[in-house]
Amino acid sequence: MNHNPQLNRDGELHHLLTLEGLPRANVLHILDTAESFVGIAERDVKKVPLLRGKSIFNLFFENSTRTRTTFEIAAKRLSADVINLNIGASSTSKGESVLDTIDNLAAMQADMFVVRHAQSGAAHMIAAHLNATSRSHIHVINAGDGRHQHPTQGLLDLFTIRHYKKDLTRLRVAIVGDVLHSRVARSLIAGLTTLGVPEVRVVAPKTLIPTAASAMGVHVHNDMRQGVKDCDVVVMLRLQNERMRGALLPSAGEFFKHYGLTEEKLALAQPDAIVMHPGPMNRGVEIDSSVADGKHSVILPQVTFGIAVRMAVMSILGGT
Amino acid sequence: MAEQLPDAEELLAELARQMEGAIAFDARLIGIHSGGAWLAERLSAMLPGDHPFGTMDVSFYRDDYNRVGLKSAVKRTSLPFDVDGARLVLIDDVLYTGRSVRAALNELFDYGRPDSVELAVLIDRGGRELPIEPTYCATRLIVAVGMTLVLQRDPAARLSLALEAAKPQAPA
Repeated sequence: MNHNPQLNRDGELHHLLTLEGLPRANVLHILDTAESFVGIAERDVKKVPLLRGKSIFNLFFENSTRTRTTFEIAAKRLSADVINLNIGASSTSKGESVLDTIDNLAAMQADMFVVRHAQSGAAHMIAAHLNATSRSHIHVINAGDGRHQHPTQGLLDLFTIRHYKKDLTRLRVAIVGDVLHSRVARSLIAGLTTLGVPEVRVVAPKTLIPTAASAMGVHVHNDMRQGVKDCDVVVMLRLQNERMRGALLPSAGEFFKHYGLTEEKLALAQPDAIVMHPGPMNRGVEIDSSVADGKHSVILPQVTFGIAVRMAVMSILGGT
Repeated sequence: MAEQLPDAEELLAELARQMEGAIAFDARLIGIHSGGAWLAERLSAMLPGDHPFGTMDVSFYRDDYNRVGLKSAVKRTSLPFDVDGARLVLIDDVLYTGRSVRAALNELFDYGRPDSVELAVLIDRGGRELPIEPTYCATRLIVAVGMTLVLQRDPAARLSLALEAAKPQAPA
């Protein structure tokens, strides 16, 4: 029995489903490989032949522009053939089950699935289905499942933090905003813990903090000023109105007043603090425009690094 | 076994002797990671004239990716000069099957179209599987199949050779 379904018997990454429990060596292997892919993007020819002849299916059961696009660019820069399926608008709306969709695409000689789904555990279920039906040669990458995980976003956040801060073992990182609904936060917290970041804080109103937050080894702050004080890294999260049931917040304006990142609140963090955001940003809701475009912001480099990190994940999976 | 191996520093001096006056006056050196990169750095300093060097990791171009994957950390390729129109010398420590050189040539052409490419190696151990031959070669050496000849560098940057059992390959 393999307890970690993302790893093969040799401990190599075979699917990427979650950063929870992913060993440090695997995380570092991905980040180090991504370093060399950053260099590829600076050449005239931005492609390498690693995945030539492989078919990668982007299965987006839930909408996304940035993530789908960066996965597509990553696959194309590895010379793979990419097929984008907006499943929301096709078979499943005609009643086909997810696993039937997978079986059909597997019959079209898919080599890799990149899966985004509104249900937590969807990518895991697909990987387990493929493993159980002797099709474990097909790799699965979780591109976001419900509130659960978004491992490539977590990895690109780790890559960005390491790029600017080098040593992770003396950092204070604050994750601010809608932690309750955020798979980005869950992946990032797991990754930061794995790489030995000593202090991870989550900062949000009580209604947007998961009840088990302190069990994830983080410090919970309800006051933004206390939460970002002396931090080296401030990660802002998007308010996920589409996942909210009921009135968790009085209003967007009220949220900005207490939890929006302004220059004045950022001044409480370290002078060389970096500001991150997984996108898409709501300017004036969780982040002030002057901060989003300011000198502490590394929001656009995150997007660029995201391609290199996804190339690293795909090329490592494709080789196992 | 170890005493039968030639001295890497002597081989390097011999390689420099062969290259001196034979390579283009504006030749740029490209070392293949990791052994070739050390040699390129040393040769760049030893050879008279101005011969800048770059380094190349060919992992993304290897033909055994589907069998062995991306195992070890890949180093970043760094070519601090324009490849387009340049006269280049690829440098590797040990020439064996020729597959690394094939991968290096493919990667090189994604940077531009060089005027010419020569190949300099410390040791040619035979066993070629591709039509690739060195332009400059310090020595030939017979090495048992299943053994790998490795160039090592100590903290004082002194080079030496060692024999290791080859890592088992994943089945094709």
